[in-house]
Amino acid sequence: MEAVIQRAKELLEQGEVKAVLGYAKGTGSARRPHFARQAGQLDKLVMDEACVQNLAVYVTKHEVKKLGKVAVVALPVTQRAILQLMAERQLRDGSLAILAVDDGAVKELDSASALEEHLALKAQVLNAKDKASLADLEAMDQGQRWAYWQKELSRCMKCYACRNTCPMCYCDHCTMDCNRPQWVPVASHGIGNLEYHMVRTMHLAGRCVECGDCGRACPVGIPVHLLTIGAEETVHELFGQRAGHKAKLDYALSTFKTDDKESFIR
Amino acid sequence: MANTYNLSHESLKGLFGSLRRDGRRILAPVDAAGRVELGEVEAPSQVAADYLQTILSAKEVAFPKVERLLSYTIAPGRVDLKDAEPRALPTVLFGVRPCEAKAFGALDAVFNWDYRDKFFNARMEQLAVIGLSCTKADEACFCTSVGGGPADATGSDILLTPIEGGYLAEVCTEKGAAIRALAPDLFRPGNGVDKAAIAAKVQQAFDQPALTSQLPGMFENEVWADQALRCIGCGACAFVCPTCVCFDIQEEADPKKGERLRCWDSCGFHQFTLHASGHNPREVQGARWRQRVYHKFSYYPERYDMLGCVGCGKCTRACPVDMNLKEHLIEAAGVKA
Ligand code: SF4
Ligand code: SF4
Ligand code: SF4
Ligand code: SF4
Repeated sequence: MEAVIQRAKELLEQGEVKAVLGYAKGTGSARRPHFARQAGQLDKLVMDEACVQNLAVYVTKHEVKKLGKVAVVALPVTQRAILQLMAERQLRDGSLAILAVDDGAVKELDSASALEEHLALKAQVLNAKDKASLADLEAMDQGQRWAYWQKELSRCMKCYACRNTCPMCYCDHCTMDCNRPQWVPVASHGIGNLEYHMVRTMHLAGRCVECGDCGRACPVGIPVHLLTIGAEETVHELFGQRAGHKAKLDYALSTFKTDDKESFIR
Repeated sequence: MANTYNLSHESLKGLFGSLRRDGRRILAPVDAAGRVELGEVEAPSQVAADYLQTILSAKEVAFPKVERLLSYTIAPGRVDLKDAEPRALPTVLFGVRPCEAKAFGALDAVFNWDYRDKFFNARMEQLAVIGLSCTKADEACFCTSVGGGPADATGSDILLTPIEGGYLAEVCTEKGAAIRALAPDLFRPGNGVDKAAIAAKVQQAFDQPALTSQLPGMFENEVWADQALRCIGCGACAFVCPTCVCFDIQEEADPKKGERLRCWDSCGFHQFTLHASGHNPREVQGARWRQRVYHKFSYYPERYDMLGCVGCGKCTRACPVDMNLKEHLIEAAGVKA
């Protein structure tokens, strides 16, 4: 993992990038996102097992774009999110130096096609814990599942940490923030919480790269990633697509095909 | 002046009973599937055995995340308006930490500033706080840097400090005395324990008065934008914070009826200061992060002669990107203008 820090240093020192986005040691045993803009800030970069956050959440931010070209230390989840962002035309080829870190080796990528090729080499596997949780949910009948989510979501306080930490939630003006008209109740009461999470799930179905960051972000521990990952898995099952795998946008929920097998749409 | 007593574990059990017979509900930290949150309890055995702090703060007891202020119905030619009445239950908050107990003072400063808020006040009148001194702290804690301490009694009606066989009980206020009066025999004469020796050791991390006095001169300093670069502008820090008081007024209405609601809000949100014109005076996260720090460490002292932060560290623990407030304040205090 030393290699990625070494390469990041070179890029910054040679002026090829204006900043390096990676991980640093945080409070306690935590790791945190870290921006190094000067050589002196590079020493803080770490890369180990505890680095899990999807750093792609930063690359669409105005404040970050203003820095100039950024080198991103990219785990597979970050790579997938960046590829999906490129497919959705939120990022251009060459706008980032993507330092792909898989199994210790570092590979430098800078375009959607390079990412696509790189990601195709490796199957996307859902971690065992989430897989088991999804299976548990699947095993419930509809009434149980409804009760489960109602109970969990009643604890939501609408802090939007789950939305804001998600690399695929990049809209400047989120539906949740619209008040003319107000699509979803703003208040964090039963219906307000439920509608928010239903909208978030639908907006991520087929776009979620399954990083799990939304669930990790929730201060009160609601496993909201199971909603979006569950929807993503369903899209995969029904349409054979996975977010963050293709350079060309192929998005089930907004694609119309005249030979669609569903008749209601014609 | 506080009167100091000894309260054995057995006596505490008795006290819970007396409080319940007096018609009060008791809210205390309980273990909810690995998370410690406030919940209603009947006996001390239901209180979480080992916890540093709850994730959420106790502010919800007086300042809930959604408060109905009024409701109305609309009929041809008339509007009927109905004020909502606060649902204030006699409540004892047991086992909250000294930082959180103190934080009610910062909420009070705002809710009784130029307007006396009937909802907040009705709940506070019905609320008594039995605080519990900390015997351990973590990296996020910095109470001693903001005028508090792990055994500080400010804000507690009774402050308990764990000792052999039970607690040292300091009865600090009239509300505390009223609780003792429910079962005076349970409170035994105190034996002069040195609280400081029992309490957690929390090193002072920065010079707060110096920071407060230099803040007005460093508004344009780039340190704020630098620090905020990794902030993702959510509401986690504000919502778990025991002193964060910002709210938004929302209308939920259809053509026939409506309700006006007060909901938690956060200065970290982009929309918080967005004008109807589209202009946003705090356009970037750096400006919003700066506001958070200034409100607590500059505007609060200026306006209310107190700080808007009690150093509980909840914001740090809740932040999805580990924006450690203590660390950032140390850095800001070190900036030479
Ligand atoms: S919805 Fe959650 S799991 Fe999916 S990409 Fe967003 S943060 Fe990651
Ligand atoms: S992070 Fe948790 S509490 Fe915050 S909005 Fe999402 S689900 Fe609700
Ligand atoms: S400091 Fe952390 S919790 Fe607060 S707004 Fe920023 S990212 Fe969210
Ligand atoms: S700002 Fe953070 S440390 Fe200060 S009172 Fe609020 S949650 Fe606690």
